Amino acid sequence: MSKAILYDSTLCIGCKACEQGCAERWGLPYNDKIAAEEQISAHKLTAIETHGDKFCRRLCMNCAQPACASVCPVGALQKTTLGPVVYDASKCMGCRYCMQACPFQVPSYEWSSRLPKMRKCDMCFERQSQGKLTACAEACPVGATKKGDRDALLAEARQRLADKPDQYYQKIYGVSEVGGTSVLFLSAVPFEQIGLRTHVPQEPLPETTWRVLELVPDIVSTGTVLLGGVYWITNRRAEVAKKEGRR
Amino acid sequence: VKRKLPKITVWRAIFAVILLSGLYATWLRVFYGLGGSTNLSDKFPWGIWIAFDVMCGVGLAAGGFTLVAMVHIFNIAKYKPILRPAILTAFLGYTLVVVGLLYDLGRPDRLWHPLVMWNPHSVMFEVAWCVTLYSTVLFLEFLPVVFEKFGLHKPLEWIHRISVPLMILGVLLSTLHQSSLGTLFLIVPEKLYPLWYTPILPLLFYVSAIAVGLAMTIFESWHSSRAFGRALELPLLAGLARVLAVVLSVYLWIRFLDLSHRHAFSLLTQNRPETWLFALEIALMAIPTVLLYQSSIRLRPGALYVCAVMVVLGFITNRLNVGTTGLEAGSGTHYVPRWSEVAITLSIVAVGFATFRVIAQYFPIFEAHSHSEAHSGLETKEEDAVAVG
Repeated sequence: MSKAILYDSTLCIGCKACEQGCAERWGLPYNDKIAAEEQISAHKLTAIETHGDKFCRRLCMNCAQPACASVCPVGALQKTTLGPVVYDASKCMGCRYCMQACPFQVPSYEWSSRLPKMRKCDMCFERQSQGKLTACAEACPVGATKKGDRDALLAEARQRLADKPDQYYQKIYGVSEVGGTSVLFLSAVPFEQIGLRTHVPQEPLPETTWRVLELVPDIVSTGTVLLGGVYWITNRRAEVAKKEGRR
Repeated sequence: VKRKLPKITVWRAIFAVILLSGLYATWLRVFYGLGGSTNLSDKFPWGIWIAFDVMCGVGLAAGGFTLVAMVHIFNIAKYKPILRPAILTAFLGYTLVVVGLLYDLGRPDRLWHPLVMWNPHSVMFEVAWCVTLYSTVLFLEFLPVVFEKFGLHKPLEWIHRISVPLMILGVLLSTLHQSSLGTLFLIVPEKLYPLWYTPILPLLFYVSAIAVGLAMTIFESWHSSRAFGRALELPLLAGLARVLAVVLSVYLWIRFLDLSHRHAFSLLTQNRPETWLFALEIALMAIPTVLLYQSSIRLRPGALYVCAVMVVLGFITNRLNVGTTGLEAGSGTHYVPRWSEVAITLSIVAVGFATFRVIAQYFPIFEAHSHSEAHSGLETKEEDAVAVG
């Protein structure tokens, strides 16, 4: 039973209580100036964006098959069975491949720090493993951000689409995007109008590199035989040439 | 000699300016972090320290494995005289790549982490291991030069005994990580501009690395012949240029097929920076390809040199396109390197040139072949003269 977050943009009132709850959970400063920043960064792991009269939340999508975890050379990022994608800063060497690989541009870096870490939402892994709500879901006064089991939330989202077909764009963002995410979005308008990336592939991204990486043993074994063989042939030829006095 | 002196001082002055600015930039990097020394951002996490210092650095050092394969595995002995400079370039190249990485990594003190903390699903993990192992192989391939210099015959014998498996290992490791630098970008299908994003990116990276390795060998032979007043191994280089022309033709043909199979040619009608950068990159590869098929070009040192430089520039353009400019539109941001990024990159290049010069001066890099060449050299020249026309 993998956990997930359902964010319903039609219910969101843009109060930014989720931002404040998130900042408190991470021990990050939060004030009017930071509240006005409408983008996620190393000091703001979730953000409410305004798109005309609509709102949209930005946070780590905690993908089912995360690109960030697959590319991390030291395994600092892991997808947990609980759902969250967690980060172990003590392993991270700061190559920032996770940032390059993330199709949602979520991971942020502490650029001005001398000993920097990557920062991203981890869907409150610690709180969740104690059975608590995520800080954002707990803070939301209107239920726009809801935490629960992914299957249950998906069923609920479908129910909302069916109950009020005229109020919703009839799709759920996060069902099949990059093979499915642990954060699901509902909206009144097509998703690109509230700033969600709709051009992301529908297949899990780790596949793209794994298709090549899985060939490594084949390349090494075939290459050894081939190069060894070529060496054997060409040097035999040289030996014969030497014997016959051609050199 | 008198005419040469002022020329050298000008270069030395430039060298000093580059190093001083690099030193200041290093101070910025150490005390103000990546934020204080680069124009990188959350949306654009990789800049020229990755795209040039690492991706171009590794590629430009590919002459090492290409020539080792030609001379020792395919047994084309005539290229032996240019093998050592190629191995030295490769060894220096990889060392400098590691230096570049120390600047780029957020936590350079953890450079060793991938060797202990494994994630076999990560391309970067594979590259880290291959580069580490291959640098070791290059070091061992270069050791005979040191042993020869100091007359250590026992270790020389010992290292000759393991040289064949070592060389095969080196070629395999190079094949893996040269292509893997392309695989790195397969994870960003929606970010990398479609003129460059293709599932066969690893193959393209591999073939172009072989090409640029050959071009760099010609480049450095030309320079060292001027620096040390040696005669240029023209027939050899002309032979190498022939191989280069074929490899480039194969490369350009694969790229043409790839674009046509992906129906990407229509992109070329769009007036965007990507189109022009793509055109530049292809032109810098295609023009020398055509030229190098002419024997008159191959046998003229100046023309041969210009062709090699074009290939090197075309290669650099390609890697910068894949590593930076081709990602700008998809990342929704612009990236222009800060002066400090450029200063450090130039310093690394300058240190590379200087170190090569010093080592070539004090170690038997060029002289050694005159011995080994003694019995086969004459014949080789004749062979080539006929072959080249």
